[in-house]
Amino acid sequence: MPARNTVAADPKGVDSGAHFMDGDHALAEGALAAGCRFFAGYPITPSTETAERFAERCPAVGGLFIQMEDEIASATALIGGAWGGQKVMTVTSGPGFSLMMETIGLAATTETPLVIADVQRGGPSTGLPTLTAQQDMMQARWGSHGDYRIIALVPDSPQECFDLAIEAFNLSEIYRVPVFIMTDETVGHMHEKVVIPEAEEIRVVERNWYQGPKGEYRPYRFTGRDVAPMVKAGDGHRFHITGLTHDERGYPALTAEQNDKVVRHLIEKIDSNAESIIRVEEDGIEGADVVVLSYGITSRIAIRAVQEARQAGLKVGVLRLITVWPFCEKKIRELAGKVKAIVVPEINYGQMVLEVERCAAGQCKVVSVNHCGGAVHDPEVILAAIQEAAK
Amino acid sequence: MSSCAPNDAQFRIQNPMAEFLRMERMPHIWCPGCGIGSVVTSMAEAIKNGGHDMDKIAVVSGIGCTGRVAGYVKFDSFHTTHGRAIPFATGLKLANPELKVIVFSGDGDLFSIGGNHFIHAARRNMDLLVICVNNFTYGMTGGQMTPTTPTTANASTTPYGNYEYPFSLPFLADAAGATYVARWTSLNARNITDSISEALNRKGFSFIEVITPCTTLYQRRNRLGDGIDAMQYYHDDADIQHGADTRTVDIGFQGKLKTGKFVDRQKPTYLDAVNTHYANVIGDDYQLYGKTPPEKQAEEEAKRAAAAAAEQADGLEAEYIDEPAECGGDDA
Amino acid sequence: MFFGKLKKAHGKVIINPNWCKGCGYCVKYCPTDVLEMSKGYNAKGYHPPQVKAAADCRDCKFCELICPEFAIYVTSDKEEEQASASA
Ligand SMILES: Cc1ncc(C[n+]2csc(CCOP(=O)(O)OP(=O)(O)O)c2C)c(N)n1
Ligand code: SF4
Ligand code: SF4
Ligand code: SF4
Ligand SMILES: [Mg+2]
Repeated sequence: MPARNTVAADPKGVDSGAHFMDGDHALAEGALAAGCRFFAGYPITPSTETAERFAERCPAVGGLFIQMEDEIASATALIGGAWGGQKVMTVTSGPGFSLMMETIGLAATTETPLVIADVQRGGPSTGLPTLTAQQDMMQARWGSHGDYRIIALVPDSPQECFDLAIEAFNLSEIYRVPVFIMTDETVGHMHEKVVIPEAEEIRVVERNWYQGPKGEYRPYRFTGRDVAPMVKAGDGHRFHITGLTHDERGYPALTAEQNDKVVRHLIEKIDSNAESIIRVEEDGIEGADVVVLSYGITSRIAIRAVQEARQAGLKVGVLRLITVWPFCEKKIRELAGKVKAIVVPEINYGQMVLEVERCAAGQCKVVSVNHCGGAVHDPEVILAAIQEAAK
Repeated sequence: MSSCAPNDAQFRIQNPMAEFLRMERMPHIWCPGCGIGSVVTSMAEAIKNGGHDMDKIAVVSGIGCTGRVAGYVKFDSFHTTHGRAIPFATGLKLANPELKVIVFSGDGDLFSIGGNHFIHAARRNMDLLVICVNNFTYGMTGGQMTPTTPTTANASTTPYGNYEYPFSLPFLADAAGATYVARWTSLNARNITDSISEALNRKGFSFIEVITPCTTLYQRRNRLGDGIDAMQYYHDDADIQHGADTRTVDIGFQGKLKTGKFVDRQKPTYLDAVNTHYANVIGDDYQLYGKTPPEKQAEEEAKRAAAAAAEQADGLEAEYIDEPAECGGDDA
Repeated sequence: MFFGKLKKAHGKVIINPNWCKGCGYCVKYCPTDVLEMSKGYNAKGYHPPQVKAAADCRDCKFCELICPEFAIYVTSDKEEEQASASA
């Protein structure tokens, strides 16, 4: 993927300074700073504050908020909004995320940049509307039908909600792909200091607008490495976009060969660039016997357990996933050859751990530390797992 | 002078629809006598007659036989998911308010799976023109029952006849808040054209229902003959009643068809309401996509002035006729 | 205004028999009965229409409007004259 130039953020959307706010509000601020000017949403706990913040802020920032009739409409309006020329976002939680799945497939195959934040709560179904979970991690990856790729990021603090919102928009523009911010109720409702930098310090990837002559625009190129530039409706390119399997012109091309071309491109444009997309945070991995792999709010709890284990003399490393999809396969393969065990606490009955097991491929123990939501982990449980794994 | 059949390549170029269709995709997939194509021609004719800037027109369809329209018309065009053409169009329109957005889709798409979106867009008076090809069936999937299938009609999922009560679409649209509502049959090609012209020249949520034959499924399954028989039915049983109370326009199986323009009222569109409201409560700090209300007003004024000037210039050139295309093919 | 020169509108029908699916709408709804279905088949096995009374075409373009296949259009005589003049 050719490196994309960044520009300074539009100062109108940037509320610079130190704030005390929760993760949900920080998401809205991040979106505004990233240049998002269209937000379609439907209320759902624990995500609604993001929509409310955007609705409050957008009139003076030059954006538009619309409360749609449901999440299907919200997600679909985003694709329309993106092809209408805007950077677009919505926010939801499990039940709404489920409703959006068909539309996410349309966004994936039409290679439409958009950002969806899922402030996760306990499920299944209406589940625990006000209590935390990390149960939608696999749904983010596999939820829509067919083969495709998306990018998903997980913040562990309100500050990171702000930062990753900007990163999500940038990635969505670079790869023309839906990007998910898989946060959770605890981070969403946790108030902390959030520092919003000056606009010129915020680097924003602008849409790659097509510059060529009218009549020659091709919305797609199936290289598996990069993506075609975009246009917006109304600029005279008379382009066509369909959810059917399509050719470079965007016209339906309903053959197995073409579907293979399209799908492989969707997969490879992410996979072949995985190394530049993936961000993880590591601490004390070198020489560790046990590594605790976690993400989001759970990684903040895990730190406590790791500290205690280290005090007890165990060699414990920390790997925090910031990018969960694409998954850091290479890293886990290498790590699994060097450590005794990887301990994976997560607030679900074993989702990302399946990826860890797949990549570790039996080279080390992989220990799942699960519960099904409603609260964060008890650090003692993670500590016990570390101690057991270190044996 | 006799008819003249040009070769295929010439026909694609010289056909007056060439401006409006992705000719390289013709011929289309629709069955013999299927009415969808006629409605597309009416739409093109209305756009041509209205002198609209074709670069600013966008067509959005859902899924179905009618949903394929978006793929054939040479505008910015979007073929979305089943039922979701209206929310897609809503996003498109709100992201780029200078667009004229036409939703062109089927009865099942717009009123079964997409019914909720329809009533809410109408309620908001979203500035969209929704054209529904109502063929009383799910054409694309093989002739199942839809929310408009008349009671007693046969469909593949009501093989012993339909026992449900159908929607009367104009009544639904009216009740939901649509500000323009008309119904025609596909035989009324000129009226459809006029209605679309009228709708394109107004703002707000406009709804045009076109009763159209699905020859292959609905006609055949109900032993109603072919397309010509459907047209005969429209000819015999349709009755133009402009301004009819929408509570009275429901359709029974092969029953009377009331057609005409039923509703035409003024109400601020969604975006007008947004703009007016925020200009009131927030004042000159309010802006949409970087433009404050005074800036936008100035812009619109300038656009109107430019349009008026262009019209004058057009008047001067009215006598000029484009070099016509020549028909040089073999005689059939 | 030169009312003396006012002629009846007159059109020339152009048919692409290969696109036609033989629905018969153009034939049935031509107000002046210009067209008829031909006996011949096109490649898809449909009978496309043919012109039987060219002189009667009033250039109303209803056939063009109603044809679901975009398979028929009408050029007005005025355009035809221009064409022969420029040819
Ligand atoms: C979510 C979803 N459900 C079902 C379908 C299958 N499907 C495709 S088209 C269609 C019905 C279309 O009917 P209508 O809108 O009346 O269009 P027509 O084909 O009659 O023009 C259905 C049910 C689908 N594509 N997507
Ligand atoms: S199945 Fe019915 S609606 Fe679909 S193209 Fe054929 S006639 Fe038209
Ligand atoms: S233009 Fe009118 S008169 Fe001429 S063939 Fe067509 S329908 Fe008949
Ligand atoms: S209306 Fe069109 S498709 Fe039908 S018979 Fe005439 S030319 Fe053929
Ligand atoms: Mg239908």
